[in-house]
Amino acid sequence: MRILACIKRVPITGGRIVLTDDARAIDTRHLGFTMSPHEECGVEEAVRIIETNGGDSVVLTLGPSEAVEQLRDAMALGIDRAIHLLTDDQEWDGEATAAALTEAIQSDEATSGRFDLIFFGNESADSAGFQVGARVARALGRYCATGLKGVSVEGSSVRCEQEVEGGRDVYVLPLPAVLTVKEGLNLPRYPSVPGRMRARSKPVAVSTPLRPEPQLELVRLIVPAGQGRQAEVLGSGAAAAPAVVEVLRKAGVL
Amino acid sequence: MVLVLVEHSEANPTDPSLQALTLARSFGQPVHALLVGAAADLSEHGVSVTHVAEHVALGSFAPDAWAAILGEVAGRLSASAVIAAGTERGNEVIARLAARTGLPFAANCIAVSPGPPVTVTRLRWGGSLLEEARLHGSHALITVAPHVVPVEPSPMPADIERFTPDLSDEDLLVRVVEHVAALGGGVSLTEAKVVVSGGRGVGSKEGFAMIEELAGLLGAAVGCSRAVTSAGWRPHTDQVGQTGTKVAPEVYIACGISGATQHMAGLKGAKRILAINTDPEAPMMLNADYAVVGDLKEIVPAISAEIRKSR
Ligand SMILES: Cc1cc2nc3c(=O)[nH]c(=O)nc-3n(C[C@H](O)[C@H](O)[C@H](O)COP(=O)(O)OP(=O)(O)OC[C@H]3O[C@@H](n4cnc5c(N)ncnc54)[C@H](O)[C@@H]3O)c2cc1C
Repeated sequence: MRILACIKRVPITGGRIVLTDDARAIDTRHLGFTMSPHEECGVEEAVRIIETNGGDSVVLTLGPSEAVEQLRDAMALGIDRAIHLLTDDQEWDGEATAAALTEAIQSDEATSGRFDLIFFGNESADSAGFQVGARVARALGRYCATGLKGVSVEGSSVRCEQEVEGGRDVYVLPLPAVLTVKEGLNLPRYPSVPGRMRARSKPVAVSTPLRPEPQLELVRLIVPAGQGRQAEVLGSGAAAAPAVVEVLRKAGVL
Repeated sequence: MVLVLVEHSEANPTDPSLQALTLARSFGQPVHALLVGAAADLSEHGVSVTHVAEHVALGSFAPDAWAAILGEVAGRLSASAVIAAGTERGNEVIARLAARTGLPFAANCIAVSPGPPVTVTRLRWGGSLLEEARLHGSHALITVAPHVVPVEPSPMPADIERFTPDLSDEDLLVRVVEHVAALGGGVSLTEAKVVVSGGRGVGSKEGFAMIEELAGLLGAAVGCSRAVTSAGWRPHTDQVGQTGTKVAPEVYIACGISGATQHMAGLKGAKRILAINTDPEAPMMLNADYAVVGDLKEIVPAISAEIRKSR
């Protein structure tokens, strides 16, 4: 089988989000970065399916030069090679991102064969557009299932489970298919030291797509006002237990 | 006019869809509703025409078919915007409509001004950050973040128009073929009146015994942070936050959780937060209503003992 996982690099924002002076981005000077969590599960799933069925796996991202770190992280988990669509620091909207990814997928498939499955996160952790997977699927003419917490390949089809109120809805799609997944699909492994070593020498193909004018144009970001809670310190250590019970009683839950 | 996809459960419109109808009125244009499968009473919600799509194949959810129907009706009526609730289904259907039409799609909006260009305020980072954005396209596709915009009634008699959409086999291929019911048991995290939640500070899988004990005494659900699920101490179904579950209890008890923005994104509906942490400066302690400073391994069992004593 051939499997592709599409990922996005996002900042780890910690306890409080701080914006740049022009309010068009998060000030990331003091922040670490990670792969968006839903996509990490997509990568893990891709690696597991290849471990069971054999074949090869590719990771694809559109992002700044530093996003190679997240591509290496994916390869440390077991992905074979990477494609990096290099951007400057500007935001790309969902339509532009999908168009660039579609082109990269088509050109990789032209030389290496069709991907049986393409994984996306259901939505990225930062801009949360909820649309890139669906747009790429349509452009490639493939069926798509979204928001999945269960995926199993069964012969030439894939059984997909979506969490809904009261249980799970099941879809069965023929391969090739595009799937968008959510955290909880699996528990991603920690990369091993040998895995990290191997990732360093795995190939990364780089190209630089042109950014079209956005259809969804970011004007500015706003940090919402806090909920205005004023913490009342009830005390410290075990001695605070009676005060806690009093609070629970007043809240009507005891 | 603007067209709103109204989700319903046995002909009762869902709250997020009523919120979407309220926000749709910001366009200052007639609002039409589209329902799949059954008509609902929308006479209190400012809808002038309710379109009801009926088709034998629509007994189970088929997202491409829903997108096709929405596109067909929007095209026939020259809708200037198509709007849905920012639920899993709403976002999924509008994303597919965006894919079919190449139109811009702004997900999880909390405010809209008609423009041109249409300008929205939308949620990023699970609501920890807002974005103001413009949509450049002949039509706007929008979903409305659930439980942010209050429903404002606006009585108006609505005409009901039933129709049978033309659907291709392709549009019906992706559809729900089976529903697996969740295993019952335990208090549901989304509905619990009290949630006792543990973070990395709990220290181990075994450490959760004291969290469970307190939860048991309170009839509470157990929650946790992502640090805990990543370590494999608890299943992901217990995780609270942006990529976990959003909770709305009367009291949320956060034990050894630092209060990262992605965790707090799951607590917007919590009435009161009680934080237990060794670090009085932890963001969770600063953003709580009540704080207890110290080691949760002493404090949590002491609270359980105190509850037992008081019974
Ligand atoms: C895109 C993205 C999405 C995310 N989504 C989520 C999400 O949905 N939910 C989520 O929870 N996180 C999420 N995270 C992770 C989040 O950023 C934090 O890393 C995580 O919430 C930290 O968990 P924690 O508070 O348990 O651990 P830490 O941040 O390590 O905090 C542990 C706390 O315990 C206290 N402590 C230690 N020992 C004790 C003791 N004995 N007694 C009392 N207190 C003690 C410490 O003072 C500290 O405050 C996400 C991150 C990213 C980047």
